[in-house]
Amino acid sequence: MKKIMKFIKKWLTVVFVVLVIGVVGFAIYAYEPSIELMPAGSQPNFEPEVIERGRLMAAAGNCASCHTAAGGPPYAGNYAMPTDFGTIFSTNITPDREQGIGGWSPAAFLRAMRTGVDREGNHLYPAFPYNHYAKMTEADILSIYAYIMTQVEPAQVAQKPNQLPFPFNQRYLQAGWKLVSVDLKPYQTDPQQSAVWNRGAYLVEGVTHCGACHTPRNVIGAEQNDKKFAGAAVDGWSAPALTADNESLLPWSAADYSTYLKTGATRLHGVAAGPMAPVVHAGLQKLPDEELQAMGVYLADLSGNGLTEAATNDIIGASLEQNKPRQSYRWDTGERLYATACAACHYNVEQIAEGRPDLGINSAVHLHQPDNLIQVILDGLDNESGITGVVMPGFRDALNDQEVALIVGYLRATRTDKKPWPELTKKVSEIRDLYP
Amino acid sequence: MIKLKINGRDVSIDAEPDTPLLWAIRDEVGLTGTKFGCGIGMCGACTVHVGGRATRSCITPLSAVDGTEITTIEGLDASHSHPVQVAWRDLQVPQCGYCQPGQIMQAAALLSDIPNPTDDDIDSVMTGNLCRCMTYPRIRQAVRQAAAGKQEV
Repeated sequence: MKKIMKFIKKWLTVVFVVLVIGVVGFAIYAYEPSIELMPAGSQPNFEPEVIERGRLMAAAGNCASCHTAAGGPPYAGNYAMPTDFGTIFSTNITPDREQGIGGWSPAAFLRAMRTGVDREGNHLYPAFPYNHYAKMTEADILSIYAYIMTQVEPAQVAQKPNQLPFPFNQRYLQAGWKLVSVDLKPYQTDPQQSAVWNRGAYLVEGVTHCGACHTPRNVIGAEQNDKKFAGAAVDGWSAPALTADNESLLPWSAADYSTYLKTGATRLHGVAAGPMAPVVHAGLQKLPDEELQAMGVYLADLSGNGLTEAATNDIIGASLEQNKPRQSYRWDTGERLYATACAACHYNVEQIAEGRPDLGINSAVHLHQPDNLIQVILDGLDNESGITGVVMPGFRDALNDQEVALIVGYLRATRTDKKPWPELTKKVSEIRDLYP
Repeated sequence: MIKLKINGRDVSIDAEPDTPLLWAIRDEVGLTGTKFGCGIGMCGACTVHVGGRATRSCITPLSAVDGTEITTIEGLDASHSHPVQVAWRDLQVPQCGYCQPGQIMQAAALLSDIPNPTDDDIDSVMTGNLCRCMTYPRIRQAVRQAAAGKQEV
């Protein structure tokens, strides 16, 4: 008996010592020092080209979208981000010295962008996609700093406290998350690829952080590197795959991508709606054409480029044939509703015109999930989504769940050879309730 | 405050963002040519052009059209002699007339997109515009006539 007690005691001591070493080791690992506040008025003078570069980089990164609350001052934070772990409020990144980052040195800003640690040494939550910003060059990161410090109006807005339960509210645990979840190495040029391809890859992987939405996340909320750009669900919408698995009937060419990022739509694929609308309209649209073309080259390489013009026209011709009035619409409620509610705008002959998407070709009808199609039918498209200047009405108060489901099911069945979406009426009801 | 252009005129409207565009056009701006029919985007009586596209104004919220350019039946042509309006008058298309502003706006958009439509084209585009007086044969004929007239110009 004594022997057993001794044995247990010995092992408990070992376990205890290992635990202590582990905790102390993790604490040392997780510890990040505070970086001194800069004295007021000690900002360097920034060159105008650097500030302009920063304006474009901030637009490409869409900083304002997440760092601005509805109706609040730009960049003053408090935009609510509901996550699986609780709600996080974005921070004030205006140059206000008390509430914003006005006292942050360039070194503090650089550390935050590259390692997700704030000036005081607190670990930031990965809702802030520093795993992408880490890919950026020091010069590009500091150009954003220059832009914020000189062009953004300081706002004395205090950040709302995050609503995260224990243990997620323990910021030092984020250090462990980083250890297992992210690659913080800067972008490495691929010498096998062209300069344009590398430019595009640098932007897509870095500042524009496309993977933050288009790459699925694992149970601890980290992007799954083995499923990069495989597509994911975002706020009741589908962020489609940007790989060869993309379900679009017509593959995206480099020009399709750059047009989409510039105008918010392509003639043949669809529009930037939902969470993608501000990405284009408040952000990427401002980039010079060469940058968008480079992104297009890289993205098209990921997803496998476009078809020949002849092949594309064959597919379009077959789809347009489906739009002709048929006797059957007297029998099928979905088709009848489509003819009444949709066809007055979604019509084309011979070729598809910009602003009149053909729903046989449009990607939303071909995706694995019906979410995007349902969202757009329910709430339409405002002037800040898709193509500027034209809008689509929303049928939220016009059609019931079953009627929307019938239109969606009709399009899926007649315009694609893909398997039907299951339980559509239930799905419409769920999406309707997301944004009442 | 929502700012938009209606028939070439800058208009600012101070109303709830979810106010239907149709309400704003009729009650705030005072242009009553555009009609309320079903209120659920299924009859076409409220059709106006937003950025040149035929759009059902009864289910389009005001917030969606901030910054857009809108044309109503009053602004389709300064002297009310758009080829579609001329054809409509020549053929005496309307009976009671209630749905006709919507029909005309839809037909005008159709012809600017498809200058020489087949009957199938006319049917598939005009199907969403209902007429309880059943003036459909005259509507189709007027669209054909307007298309022919336009081509001679």
